[in-house]
Amino acid sequence: MAAVSLPLARKFGETARRDRWWLTPLLVVAGFGSFIVYATWAALQGQHYWVNGTNYLSPFYSPELWGNSPHAWFGKSPSWWPAWLPYSPAIFILWAPAGFRMTCYYYRGAYYKAFWADPPACSVGEPRKGYIGESNWPLRIQNIHRYFLYVAVLFIFLLAWDALQAFRFADGFGIGVGTLVLCVNVVLLAGYTFGCHSLRHLVGGRKDCLSESPGCKAMHTGCSALNRKHGLWAWMSLFSVMFADVYVRLCSMGIWKDIRLI
Amino acid sequence: MGQVTLKVWRGNSESGQFQEYTAEAGEGMVVLDAVHQVQATQAPDLACRWNCKAGKCGSCSAEINGKPRLMCMTRLDDLPPGEVITVEPMRTFPLMKDLVTDVGWNYEVKKQIAPFAPRKADHRDGTWKMHQDDADRVQEFRKCIECYLCQDVCHVLRDHHKHDQFVGPRFLVHLAQVEMNPLDTGDRIADTKNKHGIGYCNITKCCTNVCPEGITITDNAIIPLKERVVDEHYDPVMMLLRLVLPKKKSGQRSAVSGQETHG
Ligand code: SF4
Ligand code: SF4
Ligand code: FES
Ligand code: FES
Repeated sequence: MAAVSLPLARKFGETARRDRWWLTPLLVVAGFGSFIVYATWAALQGQHYWVNGTNYLSPFYSPELWGNSPHAWFGKSPSWWPAWLPYSPAIFILWAPAGFRMTCYYYRGAYYKAFWADPPACSVGEPRKGYIGESNWPLRIQNIHRYFLYVAVLFIFLLAWDALQAFRFADGFGIGVGTLVLCVNVVLLAGYTFGCHSLRHLVGGRKDCLSESPGCKAMHTGCSALNRKHGLWAWMSLFSVMFADVYVRLCSMGIWKDIRLI
Repeated sequence: MGQVTLKVWRGNSESGQFQEYTAEAGEGMVVLDAVHQVQATQAPDLACRWNCKAGKCGSCSAEINGKPRLMCMTRLDDLPPGEVITVEPMRTFPLMKDLVTDVGWNYEVKKQIAPFAPRKADHRDGTWKMHQDDADRVQEFRKCIECYLCQDVCHVLRDHHKHDQFVGPRFLVHLAQVEMNPLDTGDRIADTKNKHGIGYCNITKCCTNVCPEGITITDNAIIPLKERVVDEHYDPVMMLLRLVLPKKKSGQRSAVSGQETHG
């Protein structure tokens, strides 16, 4: 009968788990981290976000309020913009999807684990003793999520409009690979946005007697169906939006050539 | 299957150590069977709590290979073959002896939660009418067997010992169960925020992952409660609307037509 001592308080990373518990947090750091790096870089470029001869517009730059592309709503870059500061139309709008994802319940759970080790994984020892979670500032700010949701829903309609525009080419109606990329992207983003926990609450979850409001009940059922795989929608849409930007960027730079299917 | 080696925690709140035992593994055996075999053949003083051996009483909670699980629902052939199986008591509660912990704190917590307060009965015979769809939503929470595995894995209790400020996932499920019940007239949202400490939950879903009843604790109970807290305490528009529009709790509602539920 061999005797082994039980660690009374577990230190950082200490666990009796035998599986590869570190793999998921590692993938989250790699996936989310590379997205943040790429998105920041792409947003600051201020060029190659549309493709001449097509109506493709990168989702990172839509809606384009002021800018140099034909998609700009209010014309060229604003005159009040300081000359010494490089201009990019993306900086006016990217706060919205960034805030939406940063305050998303799914991502919160994932990045608290992966980036903050709180906990590193379930039943694995933590690095810090103190803890306030979301019970006080600064993380109480996460309760703002539904306000980002309102903007995100608006963006879905704008991106759907962009996807429709992508069927229009200089010679009329058509479908290119880029059209498909933008369409798939908006479907995945919609699946993510319409499965949001806050939306699920607002459209019906806040009621105890859902059966009294058939409209709310139908919306709540739909939202719940998407919500069941919210994490999956979150990752698929994150990669699709990044890929859509890469696609538009490379086509615009002439490195990739968009193939016309119809 | 041959023999399995178990590394079982032996000790009390003062001191303890792991002891290795062997057991003959048979077809369909679970960890609780192996522990019973050890009790019968090698360690008659080994303390373990169990009752139903069917995953329904919630007594045999422990940590098997580092994961909170029911001993009676963990099959030996589902564990990595040929490896030593570690069996430890839950870490969130005071240890009494060997695999038995004192889960009494949970009973005290439950007493602090405002109980279910149904509206006046809809019928003279003391029954209510409620729609099946509305009943279904809270039915999921009623599956809880109070095994407290979710409490054990929750890092707010396990690592940060916030037992005096946070009721833990089990009781957030209970709060959701009474709060979302269409017959209930109580309002526990302010308590959920202030007294029961829902803000401590950082939605890492460990509780959902270990629940043997498959209750979607985080998505269906905790997050909807967090959203109700936002309505009442953080969202200025909702707070304004609540001032203008009187709060409609189910107690003031007329009964809806639908399937009859006897109260
Ligand atoms: S989701 Fe919340 S309640 Fe559940 S284990 Fe994580 S912190 Fe605890
Ligand atoms: S919610 Fe699940 S894990 Fe928690 S006590 Fe109930 S049955 Fe056990
Ligand atoms: S909870 Fe994930 S988008 Fe709202
Ligand atoms: S003995 Fe009842 S749940 Fe395991």
